[in-house]
Amino acid sequence: MSLWEYANPKKFMSFTAPILPVVTVAALVCLVSGLVWGFFFTPEDYRQGSTVKIFYIHVPSALMAINAWFMMLVASLIWLIRRHHVSALAAKAAAPVGIVMTLIALVTGAIWGQPMWGTWWAWDPRLTSFLILFLFYLGYVALWAAIDDPDTAADLTSVLCIVGSVFAVLSRYAVNFWNQGLHQGASLSMDAEENVADIFWYPALVAIAGFVLLFIALVLLRTRTEIRLRRIRALETRARRS
Amino acid sequence: MIALLLRDLRLAVRAGGGFGLGLAFFLIVVVLVPFGVGPEAEILSRIAPGILWVASLLAALLSLDRIFALDYEDGALALIATSPLPLEGAAFVKALAHWITTGLPLTLAAPALGFLLNLKPDAYWFLFISLALGTPALSMIGTFGAALTVGLRRGGLLMSLLVLPLYVPTLIFGAETVRRGAEGLTTTTPLVMVAGITAGVFAFLPFATAAALRINLR
Repeated sequence: MSLWEYANPKKFMSFTAPILPVVTVAALVCLVSGLVWGFFFTPEDYRQGSTVKIFYIHVPSALMAINAWFMMLVASLIWLIRRHHVSALAAKAAAPVGIVMTLIALVTGAIWGQPMWGTWWAWDPRLTSFLILFLFYLGYVALWAAIDDPDTAADLTSVLCIVGSVFAVLSRYAVNFWNQGLHQGASLSMDAEENVADIFWYPALVAIAGFVLLFIALVLLRTRTEIRLRRIRALETRARRS
Repeated sequence: MIALLLRDLRLAVRAGGGFGLGLAFFLIVVVLVPFGVGPEAEILSRIAPGILWVASLLAALLSLDRIFALDYEDGALALIATSPLPLEGAAFVKALAHWITTGLPLTLAAPALGFLLNLKPDAYWFLFISLALGTPALSMIGTFGAALTVGLRRGGLLMSLLVLPLYVPTLIFGAETVRRGAEGLTTTTPLVMVAGITAGVFAFLPFATAAALRINLR
């Protein structure tokens, strides 16, 4: 029994079929409880007022936007090395979810920034690197859409994903160079000296768990859809031949 | 390798269009900017480094789809792939030929266009050297983008979408070098970063380019 058995589409389908509803329900429970807890049962920040509450959406979505790309990178590497179709399809399925997460992070950040920084947008390193990440996602999805042959598309997008990862990291450090950070540093890391107070921290954790589960649920769902699309296409070609 | 390089250069010069077109485009973009933002010398001299870099980036982008598309259509690319020269080497040579036909003329012409934008005199040297170090990276990254989209019928627009985000780090460090040069600050760090990007890109991207070409030729 090895992990690679789940690369078999049939095995993957039968394995994820019972898991998908569980993950979906868990995601909903976490999201609803985390957001309700964050919105209604936490005190307002003494400086930011009620705007601090957008942070329960902003931080988890930003986290998932980066991790979705990372997941696509791992899936692309598995496809290039071991040629499991499920892996390539999972990378394809994750990209639009990643786009939406990036958009949520950018939009909630802008909504928060307007009253707090007095501007919707600033060319701050973090904001800029997120915008670039968004462009990378767009290019990746566009390349998938442009190529007809599924295997060629999977190969080329995997190569693009690997090269893009290097350049995304490079851009991240390049924009740091402007050295005019407006965005605050990480306030949720384990080792930081100055962290958010526990009372904000626990609902945020639940919300993050909710976003992670939501991402897993969406990617599983979309991967299953892609596998079914492949099967339909195979059936159609077979029907056309006979 | 040298034969391939000479062939590409000869094609670029004799086939017409490719060689001078990028340079003319560069000139036009630079000339258009004062029409757009107004002729105040102070504003122009402040934005000149960025404009010159963005314009050279766009000019390099313009000729990218010529790198592989013609060879792909007439089958020469398949011949190059089956020749004893490794495809990685061919990718390297293609990028080099693209740089010689676009990046090098741009580098030589940019200081002259700096006059039009009222670039500070101190910055000319830094503009020249940052473009000389940075445009090879633009050519190599563009060759990779061209290899990804060579099999597509209308890959040009898609290629811009893929390639332009990859240009971001080079652009930031290149323009920063010129800006610092204009203000008399020390330029070592961004200049070293530009050179580092170029070196890294030439070390790794030929392999990615060759991989993409092999997939497209399959």
